[in-house]
Amino acid sequence: MIEFRQVTKRYDSDHTALRQVNFHLNRGELAFLTGHSGAGKSTLLKLIMVMERPTAGEVVVGGQRLNSLPRRQIPYIRRHIGVVFQNHQLLFDRTVFDNVAMPLEVMGVSPTDIGRRVRAALDKVGLLKKEKMNPMQLSGGEQQRVGIARAVVNKPPVLLADEPTGNLDPELSADIMHLFTQFSQVGVTVLIASHDIALINSMDRRRLTLEQGELVTSSGVVHGGVSGH
Amino acid sequence: MATDKHQKQESQRGAKQGQSRAASPVRHYLDYQRRVAKDAARRLWQAPIATSMTWAVMGIALALPVALLLLLGSLQGVSSGWESSARITAYLVMDVPVAKANELAGEVEGDGRVMSVELVERDQALAEFRDSSGMKDVLDFLEGNPLPHTLLITPEESARTAQGVQSLVTFVEGMDDIERVQVDLGWLQRLNAMTDILTRAAWALAVLLAAAVVLVIGNTVRLAIENRRDEILVAKLVGGTDAFVRRPFLYTGAWFGLGGGVVAWLLIQVSFWWLSGPIERLAGLYNSEFALNGPGLEGALALIVIAVLLGWLGAWVAVKRHMDDIDPGDIAGG
Repeated sequence: MIEFRQVTKRYDSDHTALRQVNFHLNRGELAFLTGHSGAGKSTLLKLIMVMERPTAGEVVVGGQRLNSLPRRQIPYIRRHIGVVFQNHQLLFDRTVFDNVAMPLEVMGVSPTDIGRRVRAALDKVGLLKKEKMNPMQLSGGEQQRVGIARAVVNKPPVLLADEPTGNLDPELSADIMHLFTQFSQVGVTVLIASHDIALINSMDRRRLTLEQGELVTSSGVVHGGVSGH
Repeated sequence: MATDKHQKQESQRGAKQGQSRAASPVRHYLDYQRRVAKDAARRLWQAPIATSMTWAVMGIALALPVALLLLLGSLQGVSSGWESSARITAYLVMDVPVAKANELAGEVEGDGRVMSVELVERDQALAEFRDSSGMKDVLDFLEGNPLPHTLLITPEESARTAQGVQSLVTFVEGMDDIERVQVDLGWLQRLNAMTDILTRAAWALAVLLAAAVVLVIGNTVRLAIENRRDEILVAKLVGGTDAFVRRPFLYTGAWFGLGGGVVAWLLIQVSFWWLSGPIERLAGLYNSEFALNGPGLEGALALIVIAVLLGWLGAWVAVKRHMDDIDPGDIAGG
């Protein structure tokens, strides 16, 4: 589902963010992306979302080579990738419902379908009763769950999360991780950037570790995922 | 490879989604456009003071050149009306006898371009002048009659154009015993020339003010874009196309244009109504049928359509310049 082939990303200022990174994530696989800040985690995620283009090598998502993707095709790729941010990027000028509805709105889904699918997503993260509230009224953990609902509302095959538990206490973090696991069980490829070592260790999943732009481990136990066959 | 199979399934799924989305595309598209337009209008409505100020600025900027052009159009109507009553006055050489003058009058009348000729004899002219000028006493001091015989020539209708009159003047001037030829049309031609210049100036003004309108709307929309920066970022992140993020702002610009056009029309109607009384009186004093012509229904529609287009264009300029600056890469964090 996500494949990196000899990917190098160099920024103008002679700063090399990624060096010859190779890995392959299967459908339904859940993996962690770890490393110190500045190790290249964000760059790697940005390459998958086509916010950046690689300097060399190839990024393939869902069979699409992103290198040769024309600019106007980028939005259509992003519709297949759900993203959860550390600061969740919710809009405080609208309700929880409207926030979650955005990915469907950009796709031009009809209002009735939007209602149905948004409620399904909110139900999944346990916030169905708070659809009419403003995200500002919610706790940090709830806000993060709204962000997750928005990321999965259009059922993307790929889910990326950038420090999704960064501001949460361990118990809430475990809840969030449980949600991610559930998504991977239904076939979503989940890649979580995190440096919460304790949490990662407790999950016992595949781990991609970056060190100064190089992928040093790409191993770990592969559990659960519907990978292969 | 197994993954390839999955990838194929994935792309099939994508295709199916595409099909279901295209079920009733036109209806769906129009519904969607209406929603966006309504939302843009609602946002303007929520900031009534700012919105009406923008409308007023746009209305004034549009009303000014349009009113000027309408006024000049009305003036051109006047000159074409008065050209038809053009008369040529030919003064004979002072010592030409009456018989000779009559002969000349007959000769001029024989020309195909002339409808009628009236000879005003010098004694008659002096008497009229004495009566009408109020300078009776002054004239009494004069030894003789200072006025020559005069021919008042009215051209045929077909010759009542600027060129026709001019050629007739040349013809009469070429005759013997003619001292001087005068056309009452002189001031009218000057008015025409002036109107032409003013019309051009008004068009230049119109172009400048239209550019100003585009810039004003562009700036207003730029502020709207800044205000909704986060929303644009998120829309781009979740796969909103450029067209999707632009559309609300283009509608905003069009609504500004619509309001501005209506304000401009109202300003023109009100000021023309206010001016029409005095102008009618003035025209009456000049025995003219001059009347101020408003924009009419077609003009009003054209004005509003142009205003909407200008608003849309302004929004488009702003969107083009500022939307691309908003890159979702900024919020993915370090």
